[in-house]
Amino acid sequence: MVLLKIEHLKKHFGSQVVLDDINLEVGKGEILCIIGQSGSGKTVLFRHIIGLIFPDGGLISLENEVISSPTTRHVDFNRFRRRFGILFQGAALFDSMNVGENLAFPLREHTSLTELEIQKIIGESLEMVGLKEIFKTKMPSELSGGMRSRVGLARALVMKPEIMLYDEPTSALDPIMTEKINDLILGLRDRLQMTSIVVTHDIGSAYKIADKIAMIHEGKIIFNGTPGEIRTSRNPYIQQFIRGQRKMHYAVEDEDAYAKPFGAVHEEPKSPDIANKLFDRRFTLPGAGA
Amino acid sequence: MNGILRMVSLTGEAAFSVGRGSARFLRNFYRYCTLTGKTFSRGYLVYKNPDLTLVQMFGLGIESLGLVTVIAIFLGTETVIQAVYQMSGIIPMRYLGVLVCKTTITELAPVITGMVVAGRVATGIAAEIGSMKTTEQLDAMQVLRLDPIRYLIVPRTIACIVMLPVLVVWAVFVDFMSSIVTVILSVDITMHTYLSGLRLFFAPIDLFVGIFKTMVFGAIIALTGAHYGFEAKAGAEGVGEATTKAVIVSAILILIFDFSIAVLVL
Repeated sequence: MVLLKIEHLKKHFGSQVVLDDINLEVGKGEILCIIGQSGSGKTVLFRHIIGLIFPDGGLISLENEVISSPTTRHVDFNRFRRRFGILFQGAALFDSMNVGENLAFPLREHTSLTELEIQKIIGESLEMVGLKEIFKTKMPSELSGGMRSRVGLARALVMKPEIMLYDEPTSALDPIMTEKINDLILGLRDRLQMTSIVVTHDIGSAYKIADKIAMIHEGKIIFNGTPGEIRTSRNPYIQQFIRGQRKMHYAVEDEDAYAKPFGAVHEEPKSPDIANKLFDRRFTLPGAGA
Repeated sequence: MNGILRMVSLTGEAAFSVGRGSARFLRNFYRYCTLTGKTFSRGYLVYKNPDLTLVQMFGLGIESLGLVTVIAIFLGTETVIQAVYQMSGIIPMRYLGVLVCKTTITELAPVITGMVVAGRVATGIAAEIGSMKTTEQLDAMQVLRLDPIRYLIVPRTIACIVMLPVLVVWAVFVDFMSSIVTVILSVDITMHTYLSGLRLFFAPIDLFVGIFKTMVFGAIIALTGAHYGFEAKAGAEGVGEATTKAVIVSAILILIFDFSIAVLVL
């Protein structure tokens, strides 16, 4: 069952087209990873989904109800916000409040729960992300990057969202903490049947957690499929990205080949001669004669 | 021929940059007015989170007390010394108190205190909001349906509107005390004569105008800081730029409103 649907989404800032005809679907309980290079447009897409930016064309619908379109205003989106939980890149915890207050803030403002019930929910949320109750009195500045991410996740969970969105959740974390966050994302899906959209450029995490991977490049979706399918993709750019190769080592003879099927234009296609010269320069030992 | 072309080109560039500057000014002005409108329209919600406002009143008001006291001490001293210098041989010294009283209550204490507090508070607000923006805390508030204006700007604005008059009344008191000490130590009149002069033409309306002005200055300080915080660009440089603009613009606006109120009321 499709929960969230993005259709023909377009966005430009000035003359620069940032998103160009984006189409995506996320099913209930599914984990979708949106991957792509820095500057490819994935964060702009993320901000569209959470209603911080509205599109110039196309729409986003949640269970067939349009939640974002060029005519939507911020106040219109507010009634859908409760269904989304968001973990920002640096967790975006409120600096002036301790962990407990960070978690309690939305509950105190949007629910009529008693303080006792609020404290119970906070305890459960912290436990869900593997943190003990003693963390409630810690200030965000006293926490490590991984702990901040987990507290950010706990804050998103207190409102019991249907869809969790993660913006680069593992980008600044060490491998052990990355694994913990990945396990948490999977755990939430298994325990709560939570739908997740993860924006990342960490291909290892995407392989581990994703049911589906969508790859965005220069504002277009150039791949949408399973982790197994992306591994076997014959698109040179996708292979270059998932293997983490530098451009010059790959597809030197026809560097633009990957772009042609997707309409992307490259400013300065390098001829094989230039590529060979660069290759020679890099691999010629100092002092070696021609 | 080349010279003419160059001149035309330079004129075009100048016109373009003036146009761009005007557009930026109008956009800023519009956003500032929108922020002001939104802040005052949400002002009534302050009773729902009084603790947020109390924290700000302490932070913005009480913590500025030391700075304001030091400034007021020197202001009182300097006012007496300047007044004696200007009046010598022209106006009898028994009117010294009148001059000090009028200038301090209606002008010097409100404006100088406003400027000093602007330097401390407007920059603080701009830096705080600016760094919240760059670390996505404002976005987080929005997605949690927590209105940043209601929870961040309204408490700061009300705290400034309430606390700046308190600081100014304190500054006037310290100012008078330091002026009395200066008179006793360095001017050849009795304290009784000086105090009589202070009371001679004292009109309560002067005090009310002074306090009203400082309430306006308080709103200017908070809203200017908030505006430039919201407009801050990413990174330390962006936040630094926002704080600089906040203090400059709030100082200019304080002077403009001081002039306007003086023309309208006095």
